[in-house]
Amino acid sequence: MSRIPEAFADGPAFIPYLAVGDPDYESSIEYVEALERGGADVIELGLPFSEPIAEGPTIQNAVVRALEGGMTPTRFFEFVEELDVDVPLVCMTYYNLIYRYGGERAERPRAFVEKAAEVGLDGFVVPDLPAEEADPLREACDEFDLDLVFIVAPTTEGQRLERIMEQVSGYVYVQARLGVTGARSDVSTQTDESLGRLSDWDVPKAVGFGIKTGEHAERIVAGGADGIIVGSALVDIVAEGHENGDSAEAVADRLEQKARELSEGAEKGFAQRTPHPERT
Amino acid sequence: MSTSDGKFGRYGGQYVPEALMPAIEELEDAYERYVLNNEDGFMDEFRQRLRDFGGRPTPTQYAERLSERYDRDVYMKREDLLHGGAHKLNNALGQVLLAKYMGKERIIAETGAGQHGTATAMACAHLDFDCEVYMGERDINRQRPNVFRMKINGAEVNPVTVGRGTLKEAISETMRDWATNVEDTHYVIGSVVGPHPFPAMVRDFQSVISEEAREQMREQAGTLPDSVLACAGGGSNTMGAFAEFVDDDGVDLYAVEAGGSSLSVDEEKGVAPNSASLSTGGEGVLHGARTKLLQDYDGQIMESHSVSSGLDYAGVGPELAYLVDENRATPVNVDDDAALEAFHRLSRMEGVIPALETAHAFAYLENNHEDLGDTVLVNVSGRGDKDLESVIEETEKRGIENAPDMSMFSGGLR
Repeated sequence: MSRIPEAFADGPAFIPYLAVGDPDYESSIEYVEALERGGADVIELGLPFSEPIAEGPTIQNAVVRALEGGMTPTRFFEFVEELDVDVPLVCMTYYNLIYRYGGERAERPRAFVEKAAEVGLDGFVVPDLPAEEADPLREACDEFDLDLVFIVAPTTEGQRLERIMEQVSGYVYVQARLGVTGARSDVSTQTDESLGRLSDWDVPKAVGFGIKTGEHAERIVAGGADGIIVGSALVDIVAEGHENGDSAEAVADRLEQKARELSEGAEKGFAQRTPHPERT
Repeated sequence: MSTSDGKFGRYGGQYVPEALMPAIEELEDAYERYVLNNEDGFMDEFRQRLRDFGGRPTPTQYAERLSERYDRDVYMKREDLLHGGAHKLNNALGQVLLAKYMGKERIIAETGAGQHGTATAMACAHLDFDCEVYMGERDINRQRPNVFRMKINGAEVNPVTVGRGTLKEAISETMRDWATNVEDTHYVIGSVVGPHPFPAMVRDFQSVISEEAREQMREQAGTLPDSVLACAGGGSNTMGAFAEFVDDDGVDLYAVEAGGSSLSVDEEKGVAPNSASLSTGGEGVLHGARTKLLQDYDGQIMESHSVSSGLDYAGVGPELAYLVDENRATPVNVDDDAALEAFHRLSRMEGVIPALETAHAFAYLENNHEDLGDTVLVNVSGRGDKDLESVIEETEKRGIENAPDMSMFSGGLR
């Protein structure tokens, strides 16, 4: 068992995302630690890949900044080791970086997972790895007791949904709307339908894609989500601070505040649920 | 016929975001029904439209002066004579027609050199579809005539500004659009790349090239060629030219890649000054498939380079990667200068102005004809009108010997 289920044990989980190394290694450490202070229950750490096909402009730009800042898989693992946080950590990246890790002679993708377990990661989200291609990574995750989170899209139904739910562990990432990542001014109604389709399964449901405010978080958790995932709205704060030349400390403060707004929104939404759901 | 696992040996597969998987499964189903099993007469309609709208069959022509120069029989499969000026229409028309059979309402496509975008725009005008084409900003400036053609055919051209602004970024951006609008939109991918069923389906639409050429060689030369040469970027004209010869053991298949300015790479900057993924790439996963890629040690995709934008791509079709591993196809490459020289040579000697992509195949012929047997077939994948501006500029810059004199322009070219 990884530590992820605990994060959902007493109330909704707030799961922020940042691209690691954006805009540089040292600032990024401060930013991730600020998220924990702001109430993060799990943190998704983006390992930047040069072709982020599931990301919208906000995170694409973060990836560019992080890569230009020298982020690599090796540096990423150092980063995770150096982080002073207690909450579970999920690595979000694309399959080629996992697959290539350790060089031609390594046992792949096991080498990446072994290293991830060693530095204290708890699981993975791999947006370009559908359940059909996931067996090798699933096996390695089982060996090292790491979770493999899958994304369920508004278009995922029937047999596909069942196949994913057989493989998923930790939490299921419910994609709130079609498209790519990015903060939105409104929350999609596709979320309710997706949560409805997933109600038969016990695994925690965390909703992501487009959540920007505490109000969004509140509404989504009130609607039945076990957690919320927020990326672009936080990355926007990093980007703005970088453009304005603000100090890392000032940006970290803003991130902490935003995180608090979101995690409190989630708590409010949870309190509104009737009947109050039992927690196991 | 089972195509369900979508693998070519260890290559291929379906590495795409979950949001796209239902659309990929729908496409797989449509591919098996309409393309493989000719349901509702799809393939009959496709062949008829390729003939009436596209101008098929294209000729296989005996190249008299090249044959003399190289002291062997050289034949050219003239895909440059296909409507639109390149082999790209075979695939674009097939996929747009398939989208119609599938009840899709909107077409999106990526383009590098603009040939695939142009072919898709033409097919969309022909079959009454809305069409949006994503094109790297850098390519837009390198390939202006094709941008005009797309727009004149009614397509929207969306510039892609991330990264270096070439084909790789355009494919990523088109996949993002598809993930957003998957329910009513079909993505007409331009080469034998991407998730299954694209590599198999695009090959099937393009294999008309080798199907005709094989028959034409029998009739005109009385024999199959000893060698088939085709340039290879993503590999759609390559697979089209190879497909029907793969089972002919006596026919050697050469995939001619862009050697760019050098085969060495700059790991520090993440730049490969070439596009030779078959010759030098390592196994990895990009744009939906496991294949050979130009990447650094960590697996970050490198920026490729070629003087011809149609070859400027860090990946290659998974089936080609497989044929190379099986020693059925031979990857070779020629550099930018050799391609430019070949461009002028073919134009001067045969009256055929080839695309810069195509010129790579002729450059390999120039340098290695002695190893290619008595009868050589070269696929003329496209014509070079789109390249004239950049060829004249590059030729002048590099002082290519056999280039024509352009000094009649007062004040230079620009």
